[in-house]
Amino acid sequence: MSTLTSLAQLQAVASGVAQPLATVRHCHLAEAPLVMVPLKLAGEAAAPLAVMLGSDPGSPTLLVVPQPRNRDQRFAFAADLARVALKYIESSRGQVEELPPGKEGEERIRYSDAPQLLVPNRGGVAFLRMLGRSTRFRRTDGPYAVEPSVPVLGRWLTWFTDRYDHPGSCLLLTMTETLRLHWATGQSALEDGNLAALVGWIDPPEGLTGPQAAALAEDPLATPPAGPTTDPGFDNEVLAPAVAAYDAARGPARDRAEERVRAVLETQLAPTWELMWRAVGLLRGLPEGASVPQRWERDRDSFTYFHQTFGEAYPQARRDSPVRAAKRLHDMERAQDAYDAQRAFDDPLVMAEHRLNGLAFGGEVTGCDPTRKDESGKRPKLRPHVWVRTGDPVRLDPGTTVCSAANPKIKGTVVEIGPDGAVLVELTGGMGRKLTPEPGTVPQVGDRVVFTSLTLGSFGPSRFPDKENTPWTHGGPPADYEPTDDDAAEDWS
Amino acid sequence: MTDIADPGAAADRVVAAVLADLDGGHRGVIVDSPPGAGKSTLVVRATAHLAETGERMMIVAQTNEQVDDLIDRIATRHPHIAVGRLSAAGYVPGDRVTGHASVRVAQKADDLADRAVVIATAAKWATLSDGSWPWAIVDEAYQMRSDMLLRIASRFEKALFVGDPGQLDPFSTVEVERWAGLAWDPMRSAVSVLLAHNPDLPVHRLPVSWRLPASAAPVVSKAFYPFTGFRSGTGPGDRLLEYGARGMGTTYDRALDEAAASGWALYELPARHTLRTDAEAVRATAALAVRLLQRGPVAHSEQGSTPVTADRVAIGAAHRDQVTAIRAALGPHGEGITVDTANRLQGREYDVTVVLHPLSGRRDATAFHLESGRLCVLTSRHRHACVVVARAGIPELLDAHPSTEPVHLGVPVKFPDGWEANQAVLAHLARHRVPA
Amino acid sequence: MSMTAPDLDRLRGVAAPRNHDARTIAALTANPGCARRGVMDAAGVDKDAVARHLGFGVPFGQSQFAITRGNTFEAQVKADGCAELLTLLRDRLGLEVPEVAYDDLGAVGDNEGREVRHARTRKLVQRALETGEGTLFDHPLLRLDIAGRPAYLEPDVIAFQLGGRFHIVEIKSFAVIDGQAEADQVAAAARQSAVYVLALRRLVAELGHDPVEKVAHEVFLVCPENFSNRPTATPVDIRPQLAVLERQLARLTRVDTIVAQLPEEITFDLGEALEEAVRTVEARYAPECMSSCEMAFFCRAEARACGATGALGRSVRDDLGGVDSVETALALAEGVLEPSEDLAETAEQLRLAARLRREALAGVA
Repeated sequence: MSTLTSLAQLQAVASGVAQPLATVRHCHLAEAPLVMVPLKLAGEAAAPLAVMLGSDPGSPTLLVVPQPRNRDQRFAFAADLARVALKYIESSRGQVEELPPGKEGEERIRYSDAPQLLVPNRGGVAFLRMLGRSTRFRRTDGPYAVEPSVPVLGRWLTWFTDRYDHPGSCLLLTMTETLRLHWATGQSALEDGNLAALVGWIDPPEGLTGPQAAALAEDPLATPPAGPTTDPGFDNEVLAPAVAAYDAARGPARDRAEERVRAVLETQLAPTWELMWRAVGLLRGLPEGASVPQRWERDRDSFTYFHQTFGEAYPQARRDSPVRAAKRLHDMERAQDAYDAQRAFDDPLVMAEHRLNGLAFGGEVTGCDPTRKDESGKRPKLRPHVWVRTGDPVRLDPGTTVCSAANPKIKGTVVEIGPDGAVLVELTGGMGRKLTPEPGTVPQVGDRVVFTSLTLGSFGPSRFPDKENTPWTHGGPPADYEPTDDDAAEDWS
Repeated sequence: MTDIADPGAAADRVVAAVLADLDGGHRGVIVDSPPGAGKSTLVVRATAHLAETGERMMIVAQTNEQVDDLIDRIATRHPHIAVGRLSAAGYVPGDRVTGHASVRVAQKADDLADRAVVIATAAKWATLSDGSWPWAIVDEAYQMRSDMLLRIASRFEKALFVGDPGQLDPFSTVEVERWAGLAWDPMRSAVSVLLAHNPDLPVHRLPVSWRLPASAAPVVSKAFYPFTGFRSGTGPGDRLLEYGARGMGTTYDRALDEAAASGWALYELPARHTLRTDAEAVRATAALAVRLLQRGPVAHSEQGSTPVTADRVAIGAAHRDQVTAIRAALGPHGEGITVDTANRLQGREYDVTVVLHPLSGRRDATAFHLESGRLCVLTSRHRHACVVVARAGIPELLDAHPSTEPVHLGVPVKFPDGWEANQAVLAHLARHRVPA
Repeated sequence: MSMTAPDLDRLRGVAAPRNHDARTIAALTANPGCARRGVMDAAGVDKDAVARHLGFGVPFGQSQFAITRGNTFEAQVKADGCAELLTLLRDRLGLEVPEVAYDDLGAVGDNEGREVRHARTRKLVQRALETGEGTLFDHPLLRLDIAGRPAYLEPDVIAFQLGGRFHIVEIKSFAVIDGQAEADQVAAAARQSAVYVLALRRLVAELGHDPVEKVAHEVFLVCPENFSNRPTATPVDIRPQLAVLERQLARLTRVDTIVAQLPEEITFDLGEALEEAVRTVEARYAPECMSSCEMAFFCRAEARACGATGALGRSVRDDLGGVDSVETALALAEGVLEPSEDLAETAEQLRLAARLRREALAGVA
């Protein structure tokens, strides 16, 4: 956090409504995302209770486990969930784009679209992760056989939750975190974790202020929690009796009892379902950031690869091997760097953070020598001088390489920083190849400009040993994973 | 081993044991070195020792600065050893490297195939996809992350790992929980992952700090190395800091006098919650360093008597913006003084340091501010004296600090605890307090 | 220490002192800077009742599904004289556990007092220490002095002596999946275990034995493994939690100083003057309180009503250079308040932040 975000929170307190932290949307938003609101049974690691899901706000699918401790019912639930989710995944591939062949001449393709899952909060991601873990090793034959779609679902859920950890990826998003990236409320991060309270601050219902809407959201009777944990009061007073009645019922009464369990769970899910789509609408109101399509392209690459190689791959390992862990960390750190920089270039409000920290400065151009040349070398070079008057606290040393926030291709060097906030920048690149700059590249007197030392280019991918060459320092090559009967027999609470 | 009265003999005994272990057929040997305990000297000796056996070796350091420093030391001490400096494309060798006839710089390992010793940063070594050296010496191994070791470990057969366990832990900008508890967690230090998989490797500890004076070694040892401990190589009267000019009775002068007399001073500003770049504290930090130089300090030690010039003075702080603000406040009188964050001061040595306390002016203490390694680095860079600048109220802040850190299964408990270490240092500093 | 007892009794009023258990004692370490909480806890005030009386009752409860699961798991692990537990300690942790005696020190009848039960625990621990025999004590009733008042610890652990050393075994029903469990839950379990270890160490010391030697700092956490009901045991080193706990317990006596400054007539009796009495003792609210203190909703409302920046989070307040009031911070940011000298820097930073926000947002308008 920073003073800038904190100030936005203060402004939200004073005005009674959330304040923007972004001027553009920093995430991809699919035309038809798959919204999922899962609930789990209290006290269990990953026993599903219900899920409401779908891509059409008007017609959600509700899946329910009437007796959540019944193993067969859980697997039936997983098979039902797989049917809906896998159909969605298959339908969101779009076209196949042919790409230029790779370095070794191999064919490369990319799907023109990819699936996007939206869940309410991090708890939802954790639940999907556990659901993936508990289903991906299942066997489809033998004593503990499950529907073929169950382990397939497990592997997809694992893939989605792994991508969630990848900075800037939009294949699986949580609504609370996504909203918090774009708005600051007048409550703490803890309270922002409540989706209803958060949406209440951003878009209070008619006649209510943000804090009033948030207060309503804290009453579990008025607003059921967004899951995956249910309200203990609901569990004890409503759900437990309904499940007990289901257990006791026989014959046609059992169907009615099941219907009753569905009905009570629906009361807990429907409000969150509505909130999720309201939040989608709020996000759609923001224009998409310039680098969002580029990051979505990486997501599509990842999707294409996983989809293409699905048939020949094993389920993902329980824990990363040494090499896998190191590679994944490296990928995540590269992605984080790129994501942070891209957001700043996409959004002046994010760039403002860097201006506050002195790694960027903005102001009016007060002087300009657009055709200045450096003739000290063999050949003259185009080196325009630009004076910028800024009130920002510049913390860049002379000699620092900077680029224009509006057009990062335009690069320069800080020459001097005057005491009165005048910064002299010598432009070094991005103005064309001639000795006179291309029109529109060098800023003119009176223009407002921002220069920053941030760069978009990240370090290239690094080299890692193959798994078979895991060194002795890290325990040597790990044994290959072979699915066993034990995996299939594993209990599933 | 600390029974040996003569610190030199105690240290020699450990070094001899390390060298013997290098011949002992172990795949790896680990040496823990507290601040200023002769880590670099050990690396130079081990290099010469291995070179004598005719085996080629690679040396891994963490930064270009560290690499060049080692090259200078090795080439000065053993000019007959052919040294290769493997570097990235943009690297411009300085005098410390080009001044030695025995050193050759190249960007490709093939161009250094004839060199007995090849030195590079870990990042550079990680770009190699083949080649193998019988031995590696890994310097500052506690600063190196496990994932970096993974990338370079195929380049050597056996290795000597040397580092300071009390310094800052490796960190990442992303969430790393998923690997918590794994023996090969990429966030562990190279030494930690190595020992987790090879628990029988010999571990040695250098017992004597040659840098820290007798006034500092017990304080730093007790606060940051509570279980292993170390002592100073010099006695209470062996180091003396004197000023050519007498003070003018200002609080700055009183703090500097206290530091000269006792090796420590706490320059305490009135309690106040502030921004990180607390102007008053920044001003005081810079002014203390400038005033120090103005008074013509002379350091008397076992190495003789030398004036303390700007290059022998460092200012340390926790955050980059504090460093920038202090640099700006130093002005022309402070030219040549090193100002940097704890991360970048690791492994460096000065005569006198001025430290802006990480908790000064904070309303709430975070894990970052409490990290024991940060304070350890800041309070263990000096040969003579350390002046700490802080606002009053840190003990109360520490008292009010909640302890609700998450616990991951299978992750070894880290000692010392940052809270305890901070308390120990503050308790000591309280005896050298000079109110502003 | 006992000097404070009469004053604290008066503070509590007519209500019986609320008993601490391991959970409440562990919670003392969560916000040690809060005077309100310190005083109320030291006096044994029933904070839950106070909060309810003030209209800020905590709406939390526990789901019966979770309770059932926890009880079933515990019963299973302890069945047949802890047979499963012993197998686990032998097979999983490779401990050479000989045949052991199993003693349940739980209440014999409804009327058995805690003093009696504690005396029995004490006697059996003494005998075990002298013989060094392998022993499992279920439900040992331990005691710990909190601000001069003995607190009896709700006995939901097992003390297990192996090789002349006691280990605390804590049974929890959260799952350990592929070696990992939720870090917050493990932390809470570790804090509670630290309370038991400390109480057992004090008892061992009273009995004339070396507490550090005789009570291990490594506790065994027994949890269900990988979605199943099968238990797994994981050793947890609780030295950090133990250090924090000892520190905070020692500090509880500082409550004296706070109490000494309170008006004579103040009391936390559930009456009309309660709210004023509570407000007299300063709170240090932070959002983290919501998970560990019954007074949190009251303190949050109070913090919000007076526009405290701390209600937005610790980091927010720190970003604002410690400015406590939303109103002041905004007035400084908008330049309508002339800052005092000590706020000049913060004011400048806030004005800069306000200008940068305005400029960036104007770009879209």
